[in-house]
Amino acid sequence: MATTLDSPRSPYARPTGKRGTNWEKWGWIYMRGSGVVLIVLIFGHLFVNLMIGKGVDALNFGFVAGKLASPFWQWWDVAMLWLALIHGGNGMRTIVNDYATQRVTRGIFKWAILAAVVILIVLGTLVVFTFDPCPAGSPADLLPKFCPAI
Amino acid sequence: MSTAFADAPVVPEEIQSFTVTLIIRRFNPEVDDEPHWEDFDVQMYPTDRVLDALHKIKWEQDGSLSFRRSCAHGICGSDAMRINGRNRLACKTLIKDLDITKPVYVEAIKGLPLEKDLIVDMEPFFESFRAVQPFLVSNTAPVGGKERIQTVAQRERFDDTTKCILCAACTSSCPVFWTDGQYFGPAAIVNAHRFIFDSRDENAAVRLDILNDREGVWRCRTTFNCSEACPRGIQVTQAIAEVKQAILRGKA
Repeated sequence: MATTLDSPRSPYARPTGKRGTNWEKWGWIYMRGSGVVLIVLIFGHLFVNLMIGKGVDALNFGFVAGKLASPFWQWWDVAMLWLALIHGGNGMRTIVNDYATQRVTRGIFKWAILAAVVILIVLGTLVVFTFDPCPAGSPADLLPKFCPAI
Repeated sequence: MSTAFADAPVVPEEIQSFTVTLIIRRFNPEVDDEPHWEDFDVQMYPTDRVLDALHKIKWEQDGSLSFRRSCAHGICGSDAMRINGRNRLACKTLIKDLDITKPVYVEAIKGLPLEKDLIVDMEPFFESFRAVQPFLVSNTAPVGGKERIQTVAQRERFDDTTKCILCAACTSSCPVFWTDGQYFGPAAIVNAHRFIFDSRDENAAVRLDILNDREGVWRCRTTFNCSEACPRGIQVTQAIAEVKQAILRGKA
């Protein structure tokens, strides 16, 4: 009677699921990449808003409207918005993975984070690109200089 | 008559002993539903280690106290436990180095199933270890004879990770491992690193592929708990980072 024996060194196979996109890897790479870019974007943003010229006293509706009228600052702010929110959302997801021990709470937290990230990105992007720097009927001293006199 | 005997005998200076309170997290699966803390007072000398205190308790006070130990000299890696909230080897921790004005808390390492008192089920840990193929794989005959010759620099490349004694102090100090038992854990990655960067080994690509899993190196968040816990002083986090680099560049 022949008995077959398993190969003594047959490698243990870890249950491998679908070998699709490795999201953990791309998430890890994204955190490094976006982190470096965000350092430049955020410190540039703070420097321009708070240090140059009159500093923090210059901040008012006119200052922000003037910045958002220029495509350069529009793209700067949108890049900052997307990169920072996804970076932060992914960071929060890791924290939830660490601290939420039950499947249900994990799911709730992660969906809440996703919803917050998506809503803020959509709203922020909409505001940056549809912003009207010269709303009709506003006092001229509050508006940026380039607005035509009403 | 010789005067040698008349001299006063040399009385060795008495070594001071002190009382230490150990609070141990006990669990007997046949009786208890939940683990509970139990305290013991032991008389210790400055040369005694936590392992000696545990021996003293087991031999003189409560024989039912269960813990693993083997060589008692920091090589076998059996007696990793959580002492005052830090993972250490009981045989390498001198009691006098701890704050003995307060009780010393001793519990089993976290993240692995508790079996009894200070003993945990190490199987998930060794399963991850086996999964990275921790043995030399070579499909070619050694050049010119029996030996696979290596330069000093080639040996130095993976020297740090050869020191691992598989005590599980690192893996059971990792916050990712505590909540995600599927994560390979630092120890498995350290042992993969030992072969990935070995010039004689030819299976680095396979190991890198195994660790490029969603439960592989990318779960590491560089909290450095593992480097701090390692009783052998291995730079665990650095080893993991080197494996990440090797995966990204596609070579060892």
